[in-house]
Amino acid sequence: MDRRFFLEAATVASASSLLTSRQLLAELAPTNGDDIWDLHCHFSGVVGETPADRVEKIVEYADRMAIHRLIFFMGWPWSTAPKPDEFRRQNDQVLDALSKWGHRIFGFAYLNGHHPEESLAEIERCVAEGPMIGVKLWVARKCSEEALDPIIKRCGELQAAIYQHTWLKTQGNGPGESTPMDLAILAARHPNVPIICGHTGGDWTRGIRAVRAAKNVSIGIGGSEPTAGFVEMAVRELGAERVIYGSDAGGRSFSSQLAKVYGAEISEAGRRQILGGNLRRMLTPILRSKGVNV
Amino acid sequence: MIVDVNVNLSRWPFRRLPHDETSRLVKKLQQCGVSQAWAGSFDGVLHRDIADVNRRLSEDCRRHGDGLLLPVGSVNPSLPDWEEDVRRCAEDHRMKVIRLHPNYHGYGFDSDLCDQLLAEAQRFRLIVQVALKMEDVRTNHPLMVVPTVDATPLAALVKRHPNVPLIVMNNYGSVRGDAAAQLAEAGNVYFENSHAEQVGALEKLTKDVPLERLLFGSHFPFFNLEASLFKFRESALGGAITEAIQHKNAEELLGDR
Ligand SMILES: [Zn+2]
Repeated sequence: MDRRFFLEAATVASASSLLTSRQLLAELAPTNGDDIWDLHCHFSGVVGETPADRVEKIVEYADRMAIHRLIFFMGWPWSTAPKPDEFRRQNDQVLDALSKWGHRIFGFAYLNGHHPEESLAEIERCVAEGPMIGVKLWVARKCSEEALDPIIKRCGELQAAIYQHTWLKTQGNGPGESTPMDLAILAARHPNVPIICGHTGGDWTRGIRAVRAAKNVSIGIGGSEPTAGFVEMAVRELGAERVIYGSDAGGRSFSSQLAKVYGAEISEAGRRQILGGNLRRMLTPILRSKGVNV
Repeated sequence: MIVDVNVNLSRWPFRRLPHDETSRLVKKLQQCGVSQAWAGSFDGVLHRDIADVNRRLSEDCRRHGDGLLLPVGSVNPSLPDWEEDVRRCAEDHRMKVIRLHPNYHGYGFDSDLCDQLLAEAQRFRLIVQVALKMEDVRTNHPLMVVPTVDATPLAALVKRHPNVPLIVMNNYGSVRGDAAAQLAEAGNVYFENSHAEQVGALEKLTKDVPLERLLFGSHFPFFNLEASLFKFRESALGGAITEAIQHKNAEELLGDR
């Protein structure tokens, strides 16, 4: 599309209709009163040489949506079963971005359950001694396996957040891909460690039920279609205090993911908890230990 | 003022949706500034008495919303005497738009049925909407796995029917960048924004597809209506482009039909 056409077209727009459409969006849009924290961001969906360059582009969109803090994990290119060298390299990408973006963004360390020893060492490097405040486990190894226990235990000691990807694919999960049921098994072995059920299994109608009894499990609602009714069911079955907004940007838009919360018929207090309150509460101890005041 | 070309009435077969009562749906659309909603029926996806689906839809659209709802008839060309459904949509119900679900109805864009259907649409000057999918296939009910429509043969199809306006709906990566531009070039093809994803989704969409071929669509009430609306805040498009997508293009398309 010709850029000049856009600009010319913009100048001839009628003033009155412009105002109406702006007012409308202002009303619908996230208000600054909501302190929005985004649980789930990657360096994807934008171009840029360095991680910090890509964050800059993503933050520009986040600014428009009044998103206050963003959590990044994993680098690029994607690696579903990274060897220790590879997850260290990807975590270095995150560390690089963190060093340039102050406390606007936070980071979780990407680990691989097939390498528990090296994963523990990475927790020491990135979280215990570094600036990161949580870990991300993706699809390398099913989280129900006991081999992951030392990782969970160490995160519990550090009060670091644990984000475990889950899906419930009708066509079948990948070989190392966890379901919310797998997560419930893991959570039962660590009843005092908070764990986040990423994507709520995609099929949230089953995912919510699968983790309902595991009180230490919160759900991440990002990274799926903005299907109506998701957040209402989550609040009904888990309580708003166990529901956490995140986007999976830049692969997803902030808009589609925020819409799950803003479109839900829930209380204002619940909305604030989901958009940021819950995550801030979960992360406050580890942030304080690093001298970050939120 | 917003014209939403992608709305459905009645019930999604697999769960209740917060706005699947027409009166509630209408209220929400009005609250969000939607001035016209092109409403199909979820019933058109699976029901075989599709003539009755369209009759009920037409009645619902008359009864609710004071002209807000523009009925969009469902046509399933795998049913006997489907041509009569097209005729009834156009002549009895005075519909201007019909909606197709090739994956649920078991045919492809390369089938003869599709050619016949577009020819009928042209005869009655109907706008044709094609839903490439209804939900993420990974969340399909296990007894009803319905793959997304293969959009590859669409370019050849629209080339054979250059005068039929065809709206591609629920496009989540099925037709990407260059392919979308080629489709717009090859035929009278439009796209809506309900499934546009990635940060700044609309900025990207306006780079891929000529502005005059972009329409506002929400896939409401299956999706939260806010998803499509917020995208105009996330992307810095400017007033005129926003207006074109939100209503002007759709108004022009509907034109004197
Ligand atoms: Zn992700």
